[in-house]
Amino acid sequence: MAEKLDTAQMQKYWSRTSRLMWTIFALWIVFSFVVHLFAVQLNGVRFLGFPLGFYMAAQGSLIAFVVLCVWNAVAQNKIDEEFGVQED
Amino acid sequence: MADTKTAGGGFLGNLGKIYGGYAGGFVVFTLILAVLEQMGVPNKIIGYCFVILTIGVYAYIGILSRTMDLSEYYVAGRKVPALYNGMATGADWMSAASFISMAGGIYLGGYNALGYVLGWTGGYVLVGILLAPYLRKFGQFTVPDFLGTRYEGNGARLCGVIVLFCASFTYIVAQCFGIGIITSRFLGIPFEVAIFVGLLGILVCSMLGGMRAVTWTQVAQYIILIISYLVPVVWLSTKLYGIPIPELTYGQALDQIHQLEDKLGVTKHFTDAFTNAKGDFSWQEFNNFWALVLCLMIGTASLPHILMRYFTTPSVREARTSVAWSIFFIFLLYFTAPAYAAFAKLEVFQNVIGQPIAQLPAWVQNWSQVGGLLTIKDANSDGVLQLSEFVINQDIIVLSMPEIAGLPYVVSGLVAAGGLAAALSTADGLLLAIANALSHDVYYKMIDPKASTARRLIVARGLLVIVAIIAAAVAGTRPSGIIQMVAWAFSLAAAGLFAPLVLGIWWKRTTKIGAVTGMMSGFLVCLFYLVMTRYAPETFKAWFGTDLWWGIRNISSALFGLPVAFIVTYVVSLMTPEPSKEMQDFVDSIRVPKGVALGTA
Repeated sequence: MAEKLDTAQMQKYWSRTSRLMWTIFALWIVFSFVVHLFAVQLNGVRFLGFPLGFYMAAQGSLIAFVVLCVWNAVAQNKIDEEFGVQED
Repeated sequence: MADTKTAGGGFLGNLGKIYGGYAGGFVVFTLILAVLEQMGVPNKIIGYCFVILTIGVYAYIGILSRTMDLSEYYVAGRKVPALYNGMATGADWMSAASFISMAGGIYLGGYNALGYVLGWTGGYVLVGILLAPYLRKFGQFTVPDFLGTRYEGNGARLCGVIVLFCASFTYIVAQCFGIGIITSRFLGIPFEVAIFVGLLGILVCSMLGGMRAVTWTQVAQYIILIISYLVPVVWLSTKLYGIPIPELTYGQALDQIHQLEDKLGVTKHFTDAFTNAKGDFSWQEFNNFWALVLCLMIGTASLPHILMRYFTTPSVREARTSVAWSIFFIFLLYFTAPAYAAFAKLEVFQNVIGQPIAQLPAWVQNWSQVGGLLTIKDANSDGVLQLSEFVINQDIIVLSMPEIAGLPYVVSGLVAAGGLAAALSTADGLLLAIANALSHDVYYKMIDPKASTARRLIVARGLLVIVAIIAAAVAGTRPSGIIQMVAWAFSLAAAGLFAPLVLGIWWKRTTKIGAVTGMMSGFLVCLFYLVMTRYAPETFKAWFGTDLWWGIRNISSALFGLPVAFIVTYVVSLMTPEPSKEMQDFVDSIRVPKGVALGTA
């Protein structure tokens, strides 16, 4: 095993990782649940030819999920490199 | 290809070329059949070609990928690049439920069924942020392996195997059911026989090559399933609106459906959210929507056959990237499914309802013969088909839509091949998850730790065959609809596995006893609710004075199991002594990508 992170560095690394996790987790809640709470009201609005409430459940949130997963991969890889803990 | 495959490097170095050529070959094959159809080759032969030839290709890949190496058998040698693991996960993930039933569910349920679309995509966010990279870093063979290591001992391992078995077995029965529907319809053989024909298709892929064979067939299956799902929808979008991107055009179809619903006197509109059968807003529908979305998402992040796919990437970094690829490939289908449903609905409203029953086309006949999935009854004897006289099961909407819309039969054959690819690939992944847990965790780790490699592989293969046969036999009894069985599997996995997996990584204070009691109590509460409301509703009512707790249907049973699992794990962990220093160091070691996970080298 290569040089190990000392405890302080490890804590810092983990708090950055956790912060990213919680940010994405919060957005996940928004797109999984919060948006659709208002589906009935949103259906009164037209968007790209769709009732907006239907659109969000059928397409909008899905796009958001893909973006969140890509964002997580990119941002976490950056954190790893910053702390020098990426794999060789 | 055989030599390069065994050599590893040559095959892995040319994945793009090999699968590109394969996809091109499949398109050419479809075009040839399209030409043959125009030349008058009967539909039956076209159906046979699609079913037999695609199974033949999977069998070929499965046999080429046979292996006697443990790491190859259990985790495909950890050599699967992120992109291809994403495709394999896509096929592993998208089962008969997604491919065959989901659009049908939306067709029947409208907005309320979009809970499936949301629930079966959003869970990947949780897989990516909470689990996949850490499980990859842990670097063993199975999900119960992780539980057994983190919670020190065979107790947690065995609990993990029990939950894994119950969830995956329920799931695999649903897949066998889907395979039975397709093979019986397109090969023209009885349902009970068709299931066992399909079973052979599953076994040839997985038995000889384990994870390695399943991975490379799943990539091949993904390519077929996505092409065949998109073709009919893109075709209809072009035919109806002149634009080949259904996601942009089906808004217009929704408007037309709305008008036709008014004309036909349907009060529950397709796009209306949370309405009951009468078309009024319903709190029960509202609550069930959230419950289902939550259970499916958490279930996604708990199902071992999905999590174990991330054991196969070369690195933690690739595991993370692979989650992003997975959801992208899955997204392509889910984002199209509502369009599929909308077009099917529009076609039925325009071309089927209101037609003289005597003049209905041949597909009605053909589908009516497959086990009561389509019934047409002239209730008022006027010879004209009314909406209420046309009862179609959600499991055949996708398969029959090309015929309903009057597309050439070759499209139906293509869709059947896709549905079969979806069901086979998921069945393979599940079968492997079960057989690996039994052979690796139960047999090797608990019964005979001195077993030789050859013996372990023989046991793994024997168990694979036994589990497959039992699953097919159970599916032959038609226990329930595909989508319900699959949703139960998600609930069982969510209630039993999510808490111990997530807390094991994210909360160092989780103790062995806390995890085991939490896992079992969550799982049992979920199982209790599911079994009682499904099989003993009278007793349930006598005990609790209500049919369902807060009106929540049993497909979302995990709603009750999940909080129990988390609370019990939390409380019991705090009541038991803190995990040892070694265990805390182990948790630290799986949190960083670099280095080796402690205690597993």
